[in-house]
Amino acid sequence: MTSRLDRIPSADDATRAVPAAVFADPVLEIKGLSVDYGFGDDAVHAVVGCDLTLRRGEVVGLAGESGSGKSTLAMAALRLLRAPAVITGGEVIFHSKPNSGGGRAQTVDMLAAGDRELRSVRWSEIAVVLQSALNALNPVATIGAQFDDVLRVHRPGLSRPGRLARAGELLGMVGMNADRLRGYPHELSGGMRQRAMIAMALALEPQVLILDEPTTALDVVTQREILDELMGLRDRLGFAALFITHDLSLLVELADEIAVMYAGRLVESAPATALFRAPRHPYTHGLLNCFPPMHGERRPMAGIPGSPPNLRDIPPGCAFHPRCPWVMERCKVDVPVLERNEARRDVACWLHELGTPVPEALALPNPAVAATLSRSGAGRNQGAGR
Amino acid sequence: MTAVAVETPITTAVSPPVLEGRDLSKRFWVRRGRGPLTRRAALRAVDGVSISLEAGKVVAVVGESGCGKTTVARMLARILTPDSGRVLLDGEAVRGKRTRKYASQVQMVFQDPFASLNPVHRIRYHLVRPLRIHHIADDDVPAAVSDLLRRVALSPPDQFVDKFPHELSGGQRQRVAIARTLAVRPRALLADEPVSMLDVSVRLGVLNLLADLRDREHMAILYVTHDIASARYLADRIMVMYAGQVVESAPSVELTDRPAHPYTQLLLSAAADPDRAVPPTLAGSGAPPSLLAPPTGCRFHPRCPHAMDICSRVAPPTVEVAAAHTAACWLHVDSADRHSSEPQPGPNRTAARQGLQKLSAGGTGG
Repeated sequence: MTSRLDRIPSADDATRAVPAAVFADPVLEIKGLSVDYGFGDDAVHAVVGCDLTLRRGEVVGLAGESGSGKSTLAMAALRLLRAPAVITGGEVIFHSKPNSGGGRAQTVDMLAAGDRELRSVRWSEIAVVLQSALNALNPVATIGAQFDDVLRVHRPGLSRPGRLARAGELLGMVGMNADRLRGYPHELSGGMRQRAMIAMALALEPQVLILDEPTTALDVVTQREILDELMGLRDRLGFAALFITHDLSLLVELADEIAVMYAGRLVESAPATALFRAPRHPYTHGLLNCFPPMHGERRPMAGIPGSPPNLRDIPPGCAFHPRCPWVMERCKVDVPVLERNEARRDVACWLHELGTPVPEALALPNPAVAATLSRSGAGRNQGAGR
Repeated sequence: MTAVAVETPITTAVSPPVLEGRDLSKRFWVRRGRGPLTRRAALRAVDGVSISLEAGKVVAVVGESGCGKTTVARMLARILTPDSGRVLLDGEAVRGKRTRKYASQVQMVFQDPFASLNPVHRIRYHLVRPLRIHHIADDDVPAAVSDLLRRVALSPPDQFVDKFPHELSGGQRQRVAIARTLAVRPRALLADEPVSMLDVSVRLGVLNLLADLRDREHMAILYVTHDIASARYLADRIMVMYAGQVVESAPSVELTDRPAHPYTQLLLSAAADPDRAVPPTLAGSGAPPSLLAPPTGCRFHPRCPHAMDICSRVAPPTVEVAAAHTAACWLHVDSADRHSSEPQPGPNRTAARQGLQKLSAGGTGG
């Protein structure tokens, strides 16, 4: 691996001078994680060598098309995958620092942890909100009973009335009436179900929340309401969130950092504004061109030619090369590695290799840091006002 | 109800629109309750919607799920028969069932290309069948099939004709579904959420294909979607539906840049927009009403941040707020006219209609 530090222009020094909040200590570190479905020659490499760091209080977006391995990556980090999925390499480190309950700071190696340890981490420290709330909630139990289950197991000290009160309080937090505790999932609308799921995930005040396409099946207005609520809760409770979605335009508004996945590999990761204003990877560039703008002149947009590869039959070299407008000979042979190419920006593309002329569209200057800061600052204020 | 639909054609076209729906309404009967208490209730899915599709234009119908946008498309395709209102093809009223002749003029593309293609048949079969049924290109069917595949940018065609649907990607499957509708050389294409099941990176390809059919073959296209950004990209005109009614209709850029109806403003404030400098504030809250018992007056009034007294009592007339831009909202009616259209004995639709006539007589003259 060649170091690219010498390529960083001195103007980028400003980029490094970001406040401490941005460089908060990591809470979940995923290093070189690889996941296969199946064994031997038949194995499908769903996730290959992915690195992802989630810092305290930060929202990291994981974007990619269906089948790119984004959900597999998150579920593998929690060891929630069942056979035939096999974690073939890498490590997942969880740095626990409970903000309540008086627990002590500790480090958990998620991939080596035993059942007991996993049980103590899952839900209470790392919680998941799944995509389809109708499937994730138990249809034959009331919402209240499902809250009760969680609290009874994880908070044995709490009395029955105490659990009921806590469940009501949690529903109130996501803007639902405590009466709903007596209702069944089918009596709730899609948005309400998803809210109940979020309340349930937050029941034990986790440090990390994994949101797997939490609003994909919802209408735009409901989606926006729930996202506003989530961001407000994030500001208040201070959890870190890993937000998985295929909707990159939504992530640009929500996330602090965005990682883009393609065919099981991370191809780019950068602060949200930088990724949106100045993408470095051809796939990110193409993906951003897939969302027609809401303002200004209408102009023809091309999207990305071709279609996402089948994971059973991934092209050699860079998996994106058959669809890439700037493809070179080397891309068809060698797999590019995700490397730091500027401050806080990683990209896996040969175009950014030393000595290669970078296409203009992929070499736009990073947006000013000030813009990034004012944006996240505005988000915080808005959350507090809610 | 108050489809005090603006009956004047939207543009001053000389020839009638290819396909037109006037004052379309559809109710579905649903069962409520259980056992001896079962009763049937009317769900008013679409209520007085007028729409016109012109050759070489794309009209988008935008709205949340359950607003009746698919029902409108299905009535235009005559898969469903409207309870009231008329469907006109080239200015002539269409009666009775969906005939073969009608099908050769109006075709529909469905949302899910995984479900709309038969998994046990090859692509060739899907394309040959409409050609045979409608006796098109009887002399050289294979050439016609290749031509269809080329028109939807699936080339070389030989690579695709012998494949099964499961061997194609979602985008390719939707292209086959579109090619199948093109086989009968229709003049109107009704596309019901054609890209919402597809991967993000291939959506634009299919939208561009529809734009191509509009520009090169002068098709009249209806694009039903929930994604207002894609409607702005593709369509010449956007109609926004809410709870079974059209609340606003305007040229697409005009509608997104200067939304006149509070519901359109709410939709736009909720849509993802990375260019936005400040975080959005939602212009309204709540969820769409049950269509079994829609709110009185304006159906949007319980959610509307600008709701006035009259909104809960009288349904608003459809008024012209700018050239070719109409909205059904009391905010765009002068307070004097608002007062005069106030029903004296009780709310009824004649009052609202009178209000509109008054408006169109005097208000929008200048």
